[in-house]
Amino acid sequence: MAGKLKDEILYDHNHDGIDRRGFLKCMAWAGTGALCVMSGGVLKSYSLNRLPEMSSKDAMGELSFVQISDSHMGFNKPANPDVAGTLKAAVDKINALSAAPEFMLHTGDISHLSKPEEFDTVDQILKGAKPKDVFYVPGEHDVLNDDGKQFLERYGKASKGAGWYSFDKKGAHFIGLVNVMNLKAGGLGTLGHEQLEWLEDDVKHLKHSTPIVIFAHIPLWSVYPEWGWGTEDSAQALAYLKKFGSVTVLNGHIHQVMQKVEGNVTFHTACSTAFPQPQPGKADSPGPMKVPAEQLKSVLGITDVNYIQGQHALAVVDSTLA
Amino acid sequence: MRRSVSIAVLTVALATGVGTITVGQKNILASAQEKPATAEVKIDNFSFGPATLTVPVGTSVTWTNRDDIPHTVVSTDDPKSFKSKVLDTDEKFSFTFSKAGTYPYFCSIHPKMTGKVIVQ
Repeated sequence: MAGKLKDEILYDHNHDGIDRRGFLKCMAWAGTGALCVMSGGVLKSYSLNRLPEMSSKDAMGELSFVQISDSHMGFNKPANPDVAGTLKAAVDKINALSAAPEFMLHTGDISHLSKPEEFDTVDQILKGAKPKDVFYVPGEHDVLNDDGKQFLERYGKASKGAGWYSFDKKGAHFIGLVNVMNLKAGGLGTLGHEQLEWLEDDVKHLKHSTPIVIFAHIPLWSVYPEWGWGTEDSAQALAYLKKFGSVTVLNGHIHQVMQKVEGNVTFHTACSTAFPQPQPGKADSPGPMKVPAEQLKSVLGITDVNYIQGQHALAVVDSTLA
Repeated sequence: MRRSVSIAVLTVALATGVGTITVGQKNILASAQEKPATAEVKIDNFSFGPATLTVPVGTSVTWTNRDDIPHTVVSTDDPKSFKSKVLDTDEKFSFTFSKAGTYPYFCSIHPKMTGKVIVQ
């Protein structure tokens, strides 16, 4: 576990009291069980075993939600023969959070083979989670065989096109994007012209101080193009968000935590609740990575996000299932 | 008498077919008359093997998924010459190439996976 962090501001690029270096250092800590909370524009960190010392308002901020990803219901190979069990463990973890999240985001690959019974099983398991509202975006495993019709019927009633939509919570604007349709040979994820036009229009009239949270399956930054870990036209999407002071991008697909800060944009990918994948280039292919059974839960996880209204960056904390 | 015997022998030889016609094109006639040629592509580790397959017209190619993740086999032309359903581990997809040409294809779930069938 890393040592204690200092709370001073080292580089205040945007003159908003937020130190990017400190933020990054804190993010690196996150995997070991730290809680980072924005307070008065300064990032404060608390190790999880000292949480009882914090007042619950400090711990909770004002908006709290959870991201889960890549449940791959239906997968049953050696890397994890019981993905239902590990999804249930993720729900237990969510229910044990000190500040109950208001809702959940699922960043796709809900099912493994787009089978109805796989979607049904995930729905059943998630009914056991305290947060009752779940917002979904599809992964490429959710739109097999039917061009995503089943996904739309189940999860995309209020959405446009292949399932994109936006909503507001406590002053933050959430945008679900779909980048797993119409994939071209040799290509990466793609948003497409229609969705990009919709996005431009969707954010046009928002105040620059509105915190934006984008969630989509495939990473919206170039994590590792050789394995398809990127989105061809995400630069265009990010151009429409340039004016905003705080943009948080939450993705899945790569089954491991990765983060990057670029100006006002914080990119973050979540663990899978089903199986891990190798780090970029560390294996022949991005397939399911086998680990000893007793270690499996330590490479699967959830992401807890806290936001204090009036502050800028969201506090993003990953925790494993073990 | 001798001539009819020769003709009879020749007829029998032709009828048995396999490998009896030997001038240069050993098995082509046999193939055309018996069953179509087959070829295999193995899908494993997020790749098609062989990535480029060259076959004669009329060949039935079978893709077998040996990977622990599902894949598809989809031609890149429009309208599509072939498009498999999702293949889980050990599932197969076959397509018979009746027209000469080059057929690039990919996995629609993992588009970085590409292959090509050259039909001559």
